Amino acid sequence: MASIFSKQFKSDSKRVAADLGHRSLIRNALTKYETSRDLHKAAFQDWQGARQAAAERKWEAINHLDKYLEEFASKLEARGTKVHWASTAAQARQIFLDILKEKGAHSIIKSKAMTAEEIHLNDALEKAGYSVVESDLGEYIVQLRNEPPYHIVFPAMHLTRGQISTLFTEKLGAAPTDNPEDLTMIARKVLRDKYITADVGITGANFAVAETGMVSITENEGNARLTAALPRTLITLLGIEKIVPNLSDLALFLPMLATAGAGQAITGYNSMYGGPRQPGETDGPEEYHVVLIDNGRTTLLADPEQRDALHCIRCGACLNVCPIYRNVGGHSYGTTYSGPIGSVITPHLRGLQDWKHLSQASSLCGACSEACPVKIDLHHHLLQNRRNAMALKPVWWEKLAFRAFGFLATSPALLNALIPLGRFAQKWFHWIVLGGPLDPARVWTETRDLPPIAPRTFNDIWREKSRTCGIQKHNAQ
Amino acid sequence: MTSEKQNILRRIREALTLPASAPGHNHHGSNEPIAHWLPQVGPGFEVQADLFAHNSVQLKSTFHLLEDEAAAAAKLAEIARANAWQRVASHGTPSTRAMVSALNLPTLWTDTGYDVREMEQCDAGITECDALVAQTGSVLVTGRSAGGRALSVLPPHHVVLARRDQLVADLPAAFGLLQRTYAEKYPSFISFITGPSRTGDIERILVLGAHGPKALTILCW
Amino acid sequence: MRITLFVPCFINTMYPQAATSMVTVLERLGHTVDFHPDLFCCGQPAFNAGYWDEARVVAGPVVEKLAADPADAIVIGSGSCGAMIKVFYRDLFANTPLAADAIAVGDRTWEFSDFLVTKLNLTDVGARFPAKVTFHDGCHGLRELKVKQQPRRLLAHVKDLELLEMRDSETCCGFGGTFSAKFPAISTAMGENKCATALETTAEYIVSNDSSCLMQIQGILDRQKKPLKTLHLAEVLARQ
Repeated sequence: MASIFSKQFKSDSKRVAADLGHRSLIRNALTKYETSRDLHKAAFQDWQGARQAAAERKWEAINHLDKYLEEFASKLEARGTKVHWASTAAQARQIFLDILKEKGAHSIIKSKAMTAEEIHLNDALEKAGYSVVESDLGEYIVQLRNEPPYHIVFPAMHLTRGQISTLFTEKLGAAPTDNPEDLTMIARKVLRDKYITADVGITGANFAVAETGMVSITENEGNARLTAALPRTLITLLGIEKIVPNLSDLALFLPMLATAGAGQAITGYNSMYGGPRQPGETDGPEEYHVVLIDNGRTTLLADPEQRDALHCIRCGACLNVCPIYRNVGGHSYGTTYSGPIGSVITPHLRGLQDWKHLSQASSLCGACSEACPVKIDLHHHLLQNRRNAMALKPVWWEKLAFRAFGFLATSPALLNALIPLGRFAQKWFHWIVLGGPLDPARVWTETRDLPPIAPRTFNDIWREKSRTCGIQKHNAQ
Repeated sequence: MTSEKQNILRRIREALTLPASAPGHNHHGSNEPIAHWLPQVGPGFEVQADLFAHNSVQLKSTFHLLEDEAAAAAKLAEIARANAWQRVASHGTPSTRAMVSALNLPTLWTDTGYDVREMEQCDAGITECDALVAQTGSVLVTGRSAGGRALSVLPPHHVVLARRDQLVADLPAAFGLLQRTYAEKYPSFISFITGPSRTGDIERILVLGAHGPKALTILCW
Repeated sequence: MRITLFVPCFINTMYPQAATSMVTVLERLGHTVDFHPDLFCCGQPAFNAGYWDEARVVAGPVVEKLAADPADAIVIGSGSCGAMIKVFYRDLFANTPLAADAIAVGDRTWEFSDFLVTKLNLTDVGARFPAKVTFHDGCHGLRELKVKQQPRRLLAHVKDLELLEMRDSETCCGFGGTFSAKFPAISTAMGENKCATALETTAEYIVSNDSSCLMQIQGILDRQKKPLKTLHLAEVLARQ
């Protein structure tokens, strides 16, 4: 039985796939990315070697995760950081609420964090009466529109400047403009005051360095730096899988993240934070909290076949190259993590039967695995999700159909009898129902022509050829 | 009393009792150092300074390689005039105290704490740094070398004062430098700054000065 | 060489000319070609849908028969079926009595263009086809079997043929087996994108080493009433 998520996906993806305006907007955005990505990949002395090295570092991190997490936490704590551990989204939200209550928070500024999306943090904070402002320009835009981010790296990729101008006019009273620089300056001006007056800052993190007890945050705008510099209380939320063993590993991961994800050699700001303001430091938060969250990651960890999906550095490269993503867009997935990585991990994080459809909505082309900077076997994991789902809960008519096909495919006599029938039906009856509700091949013929069964199959041709030519065969028949 | 920490670590240990095969070669750790994979950087100051200069152009940062400290001071004064700075912010090192005071402008010094609203009135933040990275055109700063977390990101123009011997080849070298400089007593804030603040969030079109500085100038002598 | 041809189900029933062309080319090169009429399908549809037991019902006899086949090589004119046998049989038959045979059969199986170029070390098969063509890289052949240069090197030696590369030749056409039936809207959008990039080249023919891709592409071209025609690589190489 299809889940409600599956039905929603089917309907959303159908609508967006037919939207030619969307198709061309995404194509333009991604073509620019492709060109600069290829340039920076080529600058590497050995991109494939870098991928292998990165895959090995993440393998080391994830397959010794307990050791590295403990090291990470204890190094942070030695500098006065409060480290919190949350098994579930609900626990993580409660930790935030407890901190905010204790600090008497009134104004919260936040930088981009997909993990916060995952646990629906903003919602929970707003319900509790706090106002949260997203400082990343793309996140700020989708926050104003009341919608989730479209892409894990480019939250507002789906919007034109015209749409953004209209949004700013409606919500901020700004004068209309179609100049991206003017639009950016409008947001900059509004957010300036929020940085200075916020008493709590919330960030995500791209990496967690075990060796030195630091979180690493990658950005271009500087909003995360400001979020981590000015408010008196700072909280960083991150998944337990973000671990890298050593500080020097970042020399590999930072350029790979930027190249694969954004088509940049390295992003504008890559900052490491190891604690609250230390003795002798001139600024920085008085209190620093790091919230580590599981929320289903240990479930994925327990599947050795797909454990490498936890190596993901959330670069977005797989989204960028996925032909399904390009045609259905980020929102159709209906869940925090979209694209190939989202399709792989969501069944593990949110339930296999409810989310297997994302693994099915793929042609298994493999572009994702090819693009992944840490060599996650993404497209094969989609296959494994399908197998796991059907093993537990097969769709009865599908199973029957494949059984029937199996019987047919291994019964040459039956096949030889049925094919002429099929030919006959195609010639004399199919054209009557073609493409309409009675057409059994409607899923194809609605939008595509179906080729006819050949007048003579290869089997027929081969049989005749053997009879007439007496050709040499190397198998006894 | 079992804490969530213990629960999570227990689940991790249970999960890891089943081994997952290592990628590709099935050995731990690549034999080659990271620099082996990254873009190539030639040896020597001239080559690396050229690369840093080239990267700065691409990034739209301004890089001046100067003869000596006096020339750098003169350049700083020229920039102050050209941009009509009214107030500046900085932190107290021998070089900054000399050069910034010579500007004769109201100056916010961050060393003993500051009011962020006052910093917001400043036209420029002038800092030192830990290193310049040739490979990427990056400036490496920490809270200790650059007067805190905000000084290099809040004011709209960030000026970096660097010495020639602070130029390193690549990112691995920069991380090595951090480890040697700070050993176990790392500052709570470290950052690689690569160009002025930027965004491509609107139709993937590049705009500078999204939140951080719109201009980044590096004076090196 | 003694070559056994494996002919995928849809080539057998809908595009037999792709298989007969392969026979023509291989015989022209002096090899003997055999074929098992009772091996109809490689089992990929059930495998991709997640029904591995049902896939084994179809694929088991393929492994058994081909393992016992003394041919020097098994050649298959399809990147996707080729990938099934060479790459995925390993997973499908892991921990079953046929595990070793499945791997052995996979090792002896070649995609058609890869066989000619890599195994036989040939790029000129004596073909002539005066036309402008563009080449679509079928995903399985490209990414599972690393077939990229082989078809192009073969086409480069076809007399009077002009090869025009399309933008995004490596982007999936949208077929993906049962995906095309389960998610027809997405599949069609992907196919439309592929047809658009092919039409941009002004080529007269789209050539691929995978008939399933060609079926998808031709299906959309015909519906759009575009004159561009699809051809299997073997059909081009058979022409003289």
